[in-house]
Parts: sequence; structure tokens; C-alpha cells
Amino acid sequence: MQKYSIFNLVKNAFSNHQNWDLAWKDPEPKEEYDVVIIGGGGHGLATAYYLAKEHNITKVAIIEKGWIGGGNVGRNTTIIRSNYMHDENGLFSEFGMDLWRKMSQDLNYNVMFSPRGIINLAHSDAQMNAYARRGNSMRLNGIDAVLLNREQVKEIIPMADFSENVRFPIFGGLMQPSAGTARHDAVAWGYARQADDMGVDIIQNCEVIGFDVSAGKINGIRTSRGNIKAKKVGLCVAGSTNILAEKLNMTLPIETHLLQACVSEPVKPVLDSVVTFGAGHFYISQSDKGEMVMGGDLDGYNSYAQRGNLPTLQHVLTEGIAMMPFLSKLKMLRTWGGIMDMSMDGSPIIDKTHIDGLYLNCGWCYGGFKATPASGWTFAHTIAQDRVHELNAGYSLNRFNTGHLIDEKGLGTKTWIS
Amino acid sequence: MLYIKCPHCGMRPQIEFSYGGDASVKRPDLNKEISDKEWDDFVYNRKSLRGKHLELWQHISGCRQWIKVERDTATHEIFKTFKADEGVV
Repeated sequence: MQKYSIFNLVKNAFSNHQNWDLAWKDPEPKEEYDVVIIGGGGHGLATAYYLAKEHNITKVAIIEKGWIGGGNVGRNTTIIRSNYMHDENGLFSEFGMDLWRKMSQDLNYNVMFSPRGIINLAHSDAQMNAYARRGNSMRLNGIDAVLLNREQVKEIIPMADFSENVRFPIFGGLMQPSAGTARHDAVAWGYARQADDMGVDIIQNCEVIGFDVSAGKINGIRTSRGNIKAKKVGLCVAGSTNILAEKLNMTLPIETHLLQACVSEPVKPVLDSVVTFGAGHFYISQSDKGEMVMGGDLDGYNSYAQRGNLPTLQHVLTEGIAMMPFLSKLKMLRTWGGIMDMSMDGSPIIDKTHIDGLYLNCGWCYGGFKATPASGWTFAHTIAQDRVHELNAGYSLNRFNTGHLIDEKGLGTKTWIS
Repeated sequence: MLYIKCPHCGMRPQIEFSYGGDASVKRPDLNKEISDKEWDDFVYNRKSLRGKHLELWQHISGCRQWIKVERDTATHEIFKTFKADEGVV
């Protein structure tokens, strides 16, 4: 594989960039693989990459119904953070932060990781107390957290509404300085390029239509491009998990919902961190192109539509304007939607299943993108070793049965409630 | 925006309603031994399929009644609405 470097860039300039290698191949599916990963999104591609890199398993195929990176890894708001209170989420995400920091070097692909910090705004004394508690929990897990007062927040985001007579005055905020953003497509492409180079077959335009299970063991999958035998199969299809689960006669603690995001027209640099509104659900950052990248609530009812509905967008942007009034002067450039696995406690599932050789990676709710490397790493471990790693031990499927929920947001079983 | 025909008030915009989830979920019967599996299926496990979906909505800014709506989760087409106590075949 050609290395991406300044020297190769100059060298290829002499041939008008006509002679670059393809970043990944387009192979025909083979008859049999050691591991088949269903879903060519960030998590699936990362899983295949870490299977090859960490566990030396390269007879791997990624089966993707559409094109790689066309689902939620191409539809998110690119936020990377580990500002969780519960140990399971905090340690898992902080492990991921480490992988993010090394990712561009590791993949030889510039993922434009930008640790610009995230600020969760607080709008009452009670919320400040809650954030102090969360910040302390984070620091106990080795995650950086700083509690900011009103003046400190004002220094970082002077464009927010600090006037006295607003409905939700800014009391302060909790900041994780090492959080940030990354170029989402580059993450998918970087993992795909490296996985392909190590021998992984990336098979696109190939829909899974069934599973070959006998005597409690998985033997392979049936696809629109023929049957494929596999010793192990991993599901990485957030948004479509329920559809594949039905084919396996499984009912999961997941509902499929729609989440929207949008960007404004590009403007000059105004916001150099990620900010979330504390009195509702709204988050914002500014892309390198200058667009304000915004998102918030789910549409609120089960949906596979991959397109949004205006009332929710209006509601979310109303919160945005309450927080940063200048946003009302911006024109909307694009809005889009993606379908989420909303798990019943708001935390994901990375686990084995009751079917031997079938592994499950799902339930990412709002937080799938930032989990991409840690999810791929732990899922690869779970598949290769046939046992969960201590980092994803809490993300078990049977926690809903045993009562060991990780209810980070305290929303109970209705994580779709806005 | 969805338009939902409330069986009590007629056609109303979606913003008057709040969503209540899968209406096909049944609480296990009272006065009998209930297994963990039954509780799991009632509290957590959902089919959440693509296509026809029977769901609860509450006409929260209207008559405040709970209603059942049969809707397509991919196209958002609403086939039929029912009063909460109306059976669905």
C-alpha cells in the first residue's frame, strides 16, 4: 500500500495524481471466512481492522448493504468525548480517547482529530452541583474535567446569551478539555483502507437476507450475492439491528428512532469548542469549513425513515437560539437524519449471544461516533477470544435481565422521550 | 409533520400529541407467577420493526386521551387510529 505522505504527494503531483492506488478493493465474496462482520460503518470497519491488527485474524469479510460509511458514521455531528459519570461508560470512552489521539498516525490517514474541548452548560445551582459530582466521578476515572463558573464560560463562548433576563441563565458549565471533534468520513475510510490492506474483504452492495443457524451455532449467512460460510459472525448494524434480530428470532431491548442534525451556511470562526445546552437537548460546534454543526432531540417515535420531520428541528433550533441568539441570523445549509438503536437504558451492548459464534454490537443511542475505535477494539476482542473484555463487560445483553442497567441519563426505559 | 386523526377530536397536527411507544406490548396477567423472561419482554424487549407498527399516542394538547395509531415506520403513512380500549384485529 502506498503510504500517504508529503513525499508521495509531491511525487504523484508529477503524474497529475493519476497513479494513486485505490484505497480499497472491490472483491467478490469468497465461499468462507473465519469472521464475517455485518455492517460497513465505522464500528464494523474498526472491528475488522482490530481483528487483523490485534488478533491476526485476516480471513474477514465486511458485508455492507449499501456503501461503506453511508450510515451513521457519515451522518453524525463528529463529537468525541468521554464525559460520563458511570464507570462502565467512563473507562470505555476514555480508552477510546487514547485511540483517537493516536488514530491519524495509526491509520496513516488524517482524521483531523481536534481536541477543542466540550462544555456542558448549567442553568441552575442544582445543575452546577450535579456537574460537580459528574466532574468528580470523571476525574476519579482519570478523565479530565473542569468546573467553570459563569465568568469562565463567558471567556470561552462570549457569543452565548449572558444577559440577565433570559429564561435559562448560564450559571457555569462542566468542561472536558480533551474532548473534541474529528472528520467522520476519514475515520471510516482510514479504517477501511488499513483493513483492506491487511487482507479484509470489503463487500459492498450486499444485503444480508438470512442466517444459517443449526444446533445453536452459526454456520454462515445468506446474502443477496450468495451464501457465505463463516465460523463467527458479528453484527454492527446500528439502526437496523431490530431487522436482523427478527431474522434470528431475537427480540432486543432496542427501539429504532430517528435523530436529525443540520449545518448552517459557513461563517467566519466564531466557536472553538463544542457546547451543549443544559436546559434541553442541543449541541453545537463549528466545522473547519465554518458551518455551525448542530443537533439535538430524536424525532420521538419509531422510525426507519432516515429523513427528519420539521417540528423537532424547529424545537431543537429554538433551544440553540436561546443559547446563542446570533444563530437566528444564519441560513440553514443542510439537514439530514439517521436511524439510531435506542437501547432501554441509553447504553450500548457489546456481547456474545445465545447463538454460538454470533456476536452483537448495538444500542449506541446518541453516542456511536465517538465510540468507534473503542467499540471496534473491544468487539474484535470479544469475537477473537470468544469472551468479553473487561472494558465492555458492563455492556452485556443480559443486564436488562439481571438489573445491572447503566442508566447514565436516568431516563429509565424510555430513552426516546424528548 | 405527521397528521394524526384523533378518534375523539379529528385530524390534528403531530405537535399536539406525545408518543407512548409500542401498543402491542401486554403487561403480564396479575395474580399469577410471572417469570423473569415475561417481565423482560414487557419492560425492555421490543420488536421495533420496519413497516406497520401499532403504537400509543396521547393527545396531550387536546382531549388528553390515549389512542392507538397504526403507522408505517418507514413511510410514516398512518393506516388507522383507534380509541385506546378498541381492540385491534
